[in-house]
Amino acid sequence: MTITLPARRGARPRRRSTGSRQNLTGWLFVGPFAIVFLALLVLPLGFAFYLSTFQKALIGGTKFVFLGNYAKAFTDPSFLDGVSFVIRFSLVLIPVQMAISLAIALVLDMVTTRFARFSRLMIFMPYAIPAVIGALMWGFLYSKNFGPIADFFAALGTTGPDFLSKGLIFWGLMNVVTWQWAGYYMIIIYAALQGIDPTLYEAARIDGASQWQIILRIKIPLVAPSLVLILVFALIGTLQFFNEPKILQQLAAGAIPEDFTPNMYAYQQAFTLANYNYGSAISFALGAVVFICVYIFLFATRKRGSFLS
Amino acid sequence: MKMTKVIAAAAALMVAGSLAACSGGGGGGGGGNDAANCTNKITKTDLPVVTLWAWYPNTELVVDNFNKDHDDVQVCWTNAGAGGDEYDKFQTAISAGSGAPDVVMLEADRIPTYQIQNALVDLTDLGYADVKGNFSDGAWKDVSVGGAVYGAPIDGGPMGMIYRKDVFDKYGITTPPTTWAEFEADAQKVKDAGGPFFADFPANQPAFVTALLYQNGAQPFTYDPANGGEIGIDLNSDASKQVLDYWAGLVSKGLVSTQDQFTPEYISGVIGGDYATYLSAAWAPGYLQGAGVGEGDDAGVWATAPLPKWDPSNPAVNWGGSAFSVTSQAKDPKLAAEVAFGVYADDASLKDGWENQIIFPLNVNVLNDPAFVDAKVKFFDGQQANKEVYVPAANAYTGMTYTPIGQYFYTAFTKQIAAIDDGSATGSEAADALQADVVKYAEEQGFTVK
Repeated sequence: MTITLPARRGARPRRRSTGSRQNLTGWLFVGPFAIVFLALLVLPLGFAFYLSTFQKALIGGTKFVFLGNYAKAFTDPSFLDGVSFVIRFSLVLIPVQMAISLAIALVLDMVTTRFARFSRLMIFMPYAIPAVIGALMWGFLYSKNFGPIADFFAALGTTGPDFLSKGLIFWGLMNVVTWQWAGYYMIIIYAALQGIDPTLYEAARIDGASQWQIILRIKIPLVAPSLVLILVFALIGTLQFFNEPKILQQLAAGAIPEDFTPNMYAYQQAFTLANYNYGSAISFALGAVVFICVYIFLFATRKRGSFLS
Repeated sequence: MKMTKVIAAAAALMVAGSLAACSGGGGGGGGGNDAANCTNKITKTDLPVVTLWAWYPNTELVVDNFNKDHDDVQVCWTNAGAGGDEYDKFQTAISAGSGAPDVVMLEADRIPTYQIQNALVDLTDLGYADVKGNFSDGAWKDVSVGGAVYGAPIDGGPMGMIYRKDVFDKYGITTPPTTWAEFEADAQKVKDAGGPFFADFPANQPAFVTALLYQNGAQPFTYDPANGGEIGIDLNSDASKQVLDYWAGLVSKGLVSTQDQFTPEYISGVIGGDYATYLSAAWAPGYLQGAGVGEGDDAGVWATAPLPKWDPSNPAVNWGGSAFSVTSQAKDPKLAAEVAFGVYADDASLKDGWENQIIFPLNVNVLNDPAFVDAKVKFFDGQQANKEVYVPAANAYTGMTYTPIGQYFYTAFTKQIAAIDDGSATGSEAADALQADVVKYAEEQGFTVK
């Protein structure tokens, strides 16, 4: 194979020209995304951080305090109570949600009738319902006067639990979120289960493994990476809890104050009280909390050696 | 290689171009200033337009009446939400510096909040003198901050006690209670006989409870912009504590409910007879009727009486009521002021408003009109509710002082009322906690608290 050298007429060597042309092509493809990313994510984040370094007072105007707002946020009982709530909520909600999704996915994986396909669709349905509609609907279902829960207990002669009261709002919200998201996680786990090589099950059965042992020793360890993935998403989403409490607040203003979750507190500060500076600081503080929690979680679930053990 | 580069460049340009087109076409939404976005139809299209945000159910009719009667300006109306929703949008528009309408409907208790941000225009020299005699001193005081007028009063909420005649008859209450002591005694009587709650003490209506504090002589707020950053906050005076302790007692004895109001839950309770009374304002019958009360089995059982008092010398109190304010973003303040003073001020609109129980008009021409005063209200089974309860209350009302940190105050008060409602604080404790909370916020905002 002969290599012909290009004519040297002041042109750049072929190799570098190809490389730089490839670079340019790459940048052009990335271009639209980069513009949108910069304009709609990086710039607003930068501006929000810039805002959070100032403090605004009705009398006295705006002054630069750099990290003063963050010091205030991390000693603010409203913010800290909100953080404590979302952390507690996550610690209870996520295991329950995962257990339910995993159980349903495993069952649907084993059953292969038409009923299985129908059930998959039905269980996934709540995810297709907009969060606001779902929350409103559950608000009415929880109603003391015309909700089915109240009717059921009335038929038994007693009053039912009031899920919109201060004491039970935690469980009321947990129920709404589980109902909405269990189907979504179930589909992801189910897809991961479908990806497992069936010859593994054959081999296990030949070795005398029971169905339970197959589930515990083969299926779950092999979907573990997907589990970790959705757990991270669930954690990030739940720590930023906003939709359901904001909607249900219309029906239960006593049980859900304005600073119930950190995101609601940021919203109140920014849009109701016009304290944009402090609201931005709270958003970033919440972001820091989320980052720390996710880091701890990923650290705790890091793999030790071979994933098949 | 070359073709790929060309295709890549073309694709990039196309995507970027379509994105730009998207943003260009979709812009302009959410602003009240775009005259093409009116809900009402403007027929005299060559006249200058003033934008308005309002949420009265009959605003379209009112605006059409104004547009028909005027040949120098036309009104473009949009409903930007009711109450808190509109206030959030208005606040955002103020902070952004654009997007606010020329004239905005505000409840009187919100006016200082926007005045201190210089978002409202002083109307004293923009036509106030011509309409001064149309409203009582109390009505003007409510829309004024310091000595300046920042709103054109439209409607008010003189308070009264709506009650169910059937419940009162069933439990042997022959005359409605006139003092709070009688109120408690009657509530106990009804409870002992196995009856429903006597009233409701909601956490989500801080304005209602604030009116009750005023009735006992409390002066929670003083504020005058002339004094710069000075503000007076006195939420835990003895008068306030007396009121809150009284209601905390009613809640703990199970005599009143703690249900949030303006929810479907509350309305279905009202219809079902879960509450013997509804302490409310003159706009309540219209609101209840709109929500379906008084149509079915509970038709004809409703009556109204004056609000109980601690002492006959207690002042009349007010809950709610609204005004039209001119915003500092108005392009032509004079024209906007003309709209603010003119809309909902003509006889036809006012008549529609009070006949359909949409508003309780503060215009003295209506308050002195026998047709209004002697009207037999259908919701109250023919009772002359205005004559007996609401007009005397409106005439006796001398106005309240509101605060520029009203938004925060209401949030803080809701928290404390919720604490009273679930028994975790007594009335006095709630008052002290509220005082501490609001003073702290005021000081953070740079005020000097007296």
